[in-house]
Amino acid sequence: MANSNITSGAQTADHELVAVSANGEIAAFNQERLSFSEKAHRFFHKHPIAAPAIVLLVTLVAFSIIIGDRFLHPFNMSLILQQVTIIGILGIAQTLIILTAGIDLSVGAIMVLTSVLMGRMAIEVGLPDFAALAIGLIAGAITGLINGTLVTRFKLPPFIVTLGTWNIFFALNLWYSRSETIRSQEIDAVAPLLHWTGTTIDFFGARLTYGSLMMIALFVLVWYALKWTAWGKHVYATGDDPVAAQLAGIRTDRVLLSIYILAGVICALGAWALIGRIGSISPQAGMTANLDSITAVVIGGCSLFGGRGSIFGTLIGALIVGVFRNGLALAGVDVLWQEFTVGLLIIVAVGVDQWIRKA
Amino acid sequence: MNKNTNSRQKTPVLEGRGLVKRYGHVTALDHADFELMPGEILAVIGDNGAGKSSLIKALSGALTPDEGEILLDGKPVHFKSPMEARTQGIETVYQNLAVSPSLDIADNLFLGRERLRPGILGSLFRMLDRKGMHDFARNKLSELGLLTIQNINQSVETLSGGQRQGVAVARAAAFGKHVVIMDEPTAALGVKESRRVLNLIQDVRSKGLPVVLISHNMPHVFEVADRIHIHRLGKRIAVIRPNTHSMSEAVAIMTGAMDPNEHESGAFAAA
Repeated sequence: MANSNITSGAQTADHELVAVSANGEIAAFNQERLSFSEKAHRFFHKHPIAAPAIVLLVTLVAFSIIIGDRFLHPFNMSLILQQVTIIGILGIAQTLIILTAGIDLSVGAIMVLTSVLMGRMAIEVGLPDFAALAIGLIAGAITGLINGTLVTRFKLPPFIVTLGTWNIFFALNLWYSRSETIRSQEIDAVAPLLHWTGTTIDFFGARLTYGSLMMIALFVLVWYALKWTAWGKHVYATGDDPVAAQLAGIRTDRVLLSIYILAGVICALGAWALIGRIGSISPQAGMTANLDSITAVVIGGCSLFGGRGSIFGTLIGALIVGVFRNGLALAGVDVLWQEFTVGLLIIVAVGVDQWIRKA
Repeated sequence: MNKNTNSRQKTPVLEGRGLVKRYGHVTALDHADFELMPGEILAVIGDNGAGKSSLIKALSGALTPDEGEILLDGKPVHFKSPMEARTQGIETVYQNLAVSPSLDIADNLFLGRERLRPGILGSLFRMLDRKGMHDFARNKLSELGLLTIQNINQSVETLSGGQRQGVAVARAAAFGKHVVIMDEPTAALGVKESRRVLNLIQDVRSKGLPVVLISHNMPHVFEVADRIHIHRLGKRIAVIRPNTHSMSEAVAIMTGAMDPNEHESGAFAAA
């Protein structure tokens, strides 16, 4: 048998001795020197909310210079908040799903379906308004359960699952509502609770609705859950690297299922806010809500590849879109340029995200 | 380390007896035996497809063997998931590291076993004890000589490969009560980073934790291992010691070019 010249036993090979004697610093955890762009990169990497926050600030300053007091007036500011309420709430649901590297195209359809369900339960079936609301929320959870089961049990891609359920939920919505709108007066008469989210309170010239306050409360709640609970860490880990998360003992399927169910419930809360905002219940409402929610999430700096992003980024993303639309409208710019600007923002936001993701 | 004392009389910390795992017509484990003694570094070597991974997966709970039994401290155990093995104190450092790049070092250390704040904050609001976990992480990393890390809050993706491996090893050393299993811990690392990890492995042993080291790197195996388990065709065919066999002999046994019984000294072939 080969009598090799490699000695057996505890001897370090020659090539290693050379490396070791050089200096032992490479694997040590020392602070390296960084250029400005590296520092900026690391800063944005560590604080995903920073980039959208800067954009929002710059936008606010720019419009206040161009338009002036009319824009900065508390009433106009609170109007923007009201205008972003629906997209903000759906954006929370969308953020949770995008954090797990999924996407939910059905959020808008869930919202409309559950709003119709709440309305008809109260008006046609004659249930008390709180029961109608509760049924709507449960229905939201069930739609989320359907999406989540298809994703976790049948291992279908979230994009395909929610593309399918978007159409299914929307068709169910048209069938169940018989394409009829429930008028605001009818709701006021028998189910005032459904209009509660539209109640306004005046606050130093600003006009806030309970719906907008509910949106802010939801953001704070979900922020807490993501930042301060083990569940939140598991959501990030699942989106970041599901295999690593599983090896660390996380039951990623359960995490995903919980995310989809929660997203469904949040969409149903969005339905409640929607009824308060527009007064009536229309099966045609919120047609573009699903794509608008994705826009808010993306502009808010959440990575579509999962595991990276902050929930308040989505609020800022929704506000950026709201501020642009409001400011351009006040400046008398044609609506089509609002769409144009939002499109531009999306592409820039994703471009920035790609740069930030480069480790 | 006293490598040659009467370790054979002691109860193995972790033992596999007659493990069998079949995938259709392929037999990955063919009545494989395995013994890990207290306080030792046992290397497991074998050619690709010899069944090393299946053996390690069976021992770490990632795979349930069709036949045979696994004993921890002499008592039979049945792991249904890696989590069950972990709760018994068997920690595994996987080849792909199993760290979450976007989470910070402390989050990764505690991933899947987070600590909650005492009192109502923890029980009702499920609030994490982030300060406690960070302090623990800082202590563990400094114990392993890794604490030149400036910021324990930095995300793992900002670390180099060796540093990430350090985090993974720290996690195993911190929570492993019984056994630490390392699957190719130096495969993706440079020369100096490998050196660092080899030192870490020896540190873990010096704390009294036995280590199972799976590696293709013969110099590394011969440097740190007390005993070397050679796997071939789904079973253990020999256990040798670095001071009785050369690397070439180990490779020859592993590839079937040499009968383990040929060698006059030391090696005992598995029955």
